[in-house]
Amino acid sequence: MSSAPPVTDLAWRRLSPRMLLIHPVREVGRAVPALAGLLIAGSSSGHEWWSLLALALVMALSLLRWLTTRYQITAQQVQLRTGLLRRRTMTTPIDRVRTVDVTAHALHRLLGLAKVAIGTGTSDRKREGLVLDGLSAEAAAALRAELLHRAGSPAATVPPTPPAEELLARLDPSWVRYAPFTLSGVVTTLAITGLIWRIVSQANIQADQVAIIRSASRHLHDTPAWLDAVQAALGVGILVTLLSVIGYLLAFWNYRLTRHPGGSLHVSRGLITARATSIAERRLRGVELNQLLPLRAVGGARLVAVATGLRVGRGAERGGTLLMPAGPAGEARRVAAAVLNDPRLPIQPVLHRHGSPARRRRYVRCVIPAVLLWLVPLCWWLAGDLPGWLPVLGILLPMLAVLLAEDRYAALGHALIGRYLITRNGSLSRRQVLLRTDGIIGWNLRQSYFQRRAGLATLTATTAAGQQAYQVVDVPAEAALRLADAALPGLLNDLLVPADSSVPADSSVPADGYFPFR
Amino acid sequence: MFSRTGREAPVVALRDPANLVCRRAIWYWTARALLCWLVVAAVVVLVLVQTDGNRRPGYLILAGVLLLAALHSAVMPRWRYRVHRWEATPIAVYTRAGWFNQERRIAPLSRIQTVDTERGPLEQLFRLANVTVTTASAAGPLKIHGLAPDTADQLVAELTAATAADPHDAT
Repeated sequence: MSSAPPVTDLAWRRLSPRMLLIHPVREVGRAVPALAGLLIAGSSSGHEWWSLLALALVMALSLLRWLTTRYQITAQQVQLRTGLLRRRTMTTPIDRVRTVDVTAHALHRLLGLAKVAIGTGTSDRKREGLVLDGLSAEAAAALRAELLHRAGSPAATVPPTPPAEELLARLDPSWVRYAPFTLSGVVTTLAITGLIWRIVSQANIQADQVAIIRSASRHLHDTPAWLDAVQAALGVGILVTLLSVIGYLLAFWNYRLTRHPGGSLHVSRGLITARATSIAERRLRGVELNQLLPLRAVGGARLVAVATGLRVGRGAERGGTLLMPAGPAGEARRVAAAVLNDPRLPIQPVLHRHGSPARRRRYVRCVIPAVLLWLVPLCWWLAGDLPGWLPVLGILLPMLAVLLAEDRYAALGHALIGRYLITRNGSLSRRQVLLRTDGIIGWNLRQSYFQRRAGLATLTATTAAGQQAYQVVDVPAEAALRLADAALPGLLNDLLVPADSSVPADSSVPADGYFPFR
Repeated sequence: MFSRTGREAPVVALRDPANLVCRRAIWYWTARALLCWLVVAAVVVLVLVQTDGNRRPGYLILAGVLLLAALHSAVMPRWRYRVHRWEATPIAVYTRAGWFNQERRIAPLSRIQTVDTERGPLEQLFRLANVTVTTASAAGPLKIHGLAPDTADQLVAELTAATAADPHDAT
């Protein structure tokens, strides 16, 4: 790090000139549909040079982009200037920098470059933060270290020797077995199917003229329908598994989670596109243990950071919150404890259950819609328009709903341990959040009519981090108040009253008369 | 009510916020509800006019809509008026809103970022204003509807003065 060029400089500097090689490739790639259109239009009218001209124009524009982009890093701020006709200057004060995300795509890696995204965690959705696309890899790493550690201490002393980092977790290749149980395989399959479909429909290929499809359809024609279904399911299953494993390896190969003494967590990962995310620990408000039902069924979990400046699933910062990819749940819990680093926090905290009213509510909310849904084919069948096996099969629906309700109740739980509020809920997607109480900036206590009758409430802790709001669902109203009071002592002091003397507030106070500040 | 063992802490509840909103809010909520129902009824009438032949189901639906509209605009505003309350203590801003579903929101004074007041066209008609108190969380703005404009201005001024002293907002 000490050998890297000084990253603070008052001069306006350009991005790495090696980007001149990347921009044209990328711009041409982006312009392929338009160019192809021009080529086709040109060749039919005998003006092939049109497309060449367009190609040259695209290349020239991409060079101009490099020429017009400059950045400057001073002791107070990072500035980025872009644009030829519409000049734009983006300024980010250094003490507002919360995350630095270094990404290197395949092309970048070939040329030893990296893209640096500087996140400030503004609530303004329109601002995606400041992106320096194309620094040399060393400069990117040095910039990241300096931005985060300087922001941490106003005294701005960069340690002269590379500090020893503490390894919290790394990829165990056997974790790949969890890959098929994430959604990524399904998503990739859908995306690829969509792509193939578009190519086929645009290239005007007749599906029955392709040899594979023809032989496959002939094969399916010869076998009974149930065998077709089994074969199709098997085929889709194999495809999804294969794609999810490939996707997992591409995204998480070389995954490492480390803590730097400067006060930041680093996640690096990726086989072809290398990605390194840094999260300043003073911005970390907690972690979220995330289990989709299939992943939970095989004992797996993911770990996500709850940090200010990292909005979950948002634009360029998407994926930036991941602390650990799908892996064993026990390992995820261990990593969570290591990240939070609170000795009072056990690896598997014991949560308070929410009791039988909450369970009843889970059942009502699952089973009644399922029964109503089942009544539709039943009535239809009674009217005589439907084969009888459909309502018979439909009885599965309420039965599944009972299972779902029980599982949803099993998920409910909360606790306040050390500095952390812990809350868990959800069945299809179970989330356990450990939220630091000093990151909580308010309470919303919601009660529907039915919740009031059951004596329940949903307590929402609002925060500037992660999902912005974390809920303790259907907790007994009294427990909710005690939890809120214990988590933020003092806030509720003069708002709480003994339950039986809860006289309605004095309505004789005029609507516009009570100001406590006088 | 104390628990049976006597050793545990007494059962607690959250008291109501001290202040009611302005009484004119009842009429504001009534007008707002009627306007919404007017749109629904207009759509039904439009469909009814276009229908040839059997209009009986159409008339039934229209009657149902009118009945619901009458019930909703009679019950909802009065219910709301009893629920909607607010209070600003030296520590926190505390609101309660809703009717069928109710929500209480509490934000520490030290975490308040902005205090806005707003007057929509319908609110101006009834000489009302609403105040929005935001924190650094996108999930937690406190809205106080149906205040008299003077009260709203006064509240904004007091809250702004009280929060200016403490720039910390937990971001």
